[in-house]
Amino acid sequence: MAQKKLKTADELTWKDMEVGNVITEPGNASLRRTGDWRTERPVVDKEKCNKCGLCWLYCPDAAIKAVKDGYYEPDLFYCKGCGICARVCPKEAITMIEEEEI
Amino acid sequence: MSRRLALEASHAVAEAVRMADVDVIAAYPITPQTHIPERLAEMVANGELDASYIPVESEHSAMSACLGSSAVGARAFTTTAGQGLELMHEAVYVASSMRYPIVMVICNRALSAPISVWADHSDVMAVRDTGWIQVFCQNNQEAFDMTLWAFRVGEDPKVLFPVMVNLDGFTLSHVTEPLFLPEQSEVDRFLPRLQYRLALDPEKPTTHGALGFPSIYAETKIAQEVALRKSKEIVLQGWEEFGNIFGRHYFPVEPYRTEGAKTLLLTMGSLSETAKMVIDIKQDKGESVGLINLRLWRPFPFKELRQAAKDANILIVFDRCISSGGPGGPVYSEIRSALYDQAKRPKVVGFVGALGGRDMSVKDFEYVVDRGREIAEKGSEELFEPVGVRGEVSGIRG
Repeated sequence: MAQKKLKTADELTWKDMEVGNVITEPGNASLRRTGDWRTERPVVDKEKCNKCGLCWLYCPDAAIKAVKDGYYEPDLFYCKGCGICARVCPKEAITMIEEEEI
Repeated sequence: MSRRLALEASHAVAEAVRMADVDVIAAYPITPQTHIPERLAEMVANGELDASYIPVESEHSAMSACLGSSAVGARAFTTTAGQGLELMHEAVYVASSMRYPIVMVICNRALSAPISVWADHSDVMAVRDTGWIQVFCQNNQEAFDMTLWAFRVGEDPKVLFPVMVNLDGFTLSHVTEPLFLPEQSEVDRFLPRLQYRLALDPEKPTTHGALGFPSIYAETKIAQEVALRKSKEIVLQGWEEFGNIFGRHYFPVEPYRTEGAKTLLLTMGSLSETAKMVIDIKQDKGESVGLINLRLWRPFPFKELRQAAKDANILIVFDRCISSGGPGGPVYSEIRSALYDQAKRPKVVGFVGALGGRDMSVKDFEYVVDRGREIAEKGSEELFEPVGVRGEVSGIRG
């Protein structure tokens, strides 16, 4: 999750560009909201969830987080809505809901 | 103390690379550049040069290996010619955009078809806009000097651009003539080891070559463009330092016997030496003709060119390349453009010749000067005139 605010592209002038476009701060991709083009989001039904963790294991973007009591939840700051978690869930506890419906 | 000895220009380049103590050489042999990587491979094998010699499978890989080497802060060198430079093309842009100070020597060669291994500037003109610093050499001494200088300028923290050193294939690359080789201590003084601030380092991780979205691409390119133009200060400073240490002085635009000359001829590379002989002959006859040798091609020396051409009535530009379907040779076209806004400007006349290794003799250049003056006075239907082509040429029009 974002710890600090990065400048947006609109705030950068050509004078702010590092030589050769090198990114000098490692790992700062985590500060970017990469989940902003999601069209569907996973919604977990805790009644059905058996805490197996397959959704956490299969998420290609490590956007499923372990939360308290052994449950798992999508981190919507990064989740791109691919739906793999919903597909692999053996209990069908995850449903993909269109963003527009939320 | 420097030593005077006879060396082939290709071997002079190899000596410069050895004395520059490069870390990595990645090159693929191609005529007429072959003697450079051959000699460097020999130096590495003999232990004369402590460097990694990467025998890559193509020119594209040669430049790619240099990119990676330069990214970790290594001093990297490559060399190619003609078709090799074309195969390398996309990686040539990457070097300048990622600001890696790679040095590349081009033994200028014509492009296919028909297949030709001989001298021509079509190869370098095809990479004219790739964002490299580009210079041309007239002789063996310059081949050595410019190669050494290229490392000094490219690696300057205020520059960080790759540098391309051009020598005409065969007519310069394979010519043996005497030159001065400096002492290693003098080279070390001229070319100190610098720490590349942004080098890849596990202790201080950085990302090189990230994606550029439309929201930042233009800003990045403008930053690069301004930096390239600004690098001219260091280009000049590098030549000044070179002159102070080695006693040979170089300039972006080099006038030869131009005092009071009303007609100027402009050439690049080894042909400038032939052209100088024509200037001597014509001035002995009392003709008002001088020569401009254009050494620095990128960043283009606008100020120096305008200064050199300001008192001339006629400027004859000789190109070794055709800009197909365009206004004339690339050099001619750019020089006309550079002078367009000047209140007083010479009439600029364009010639194209010495293509694909065709000889340009003193007599040919005499023709160029005489015919150039005639065209300047009477005009011509053609946008440029080819030199030495059999059969009357017409049809080079808009």
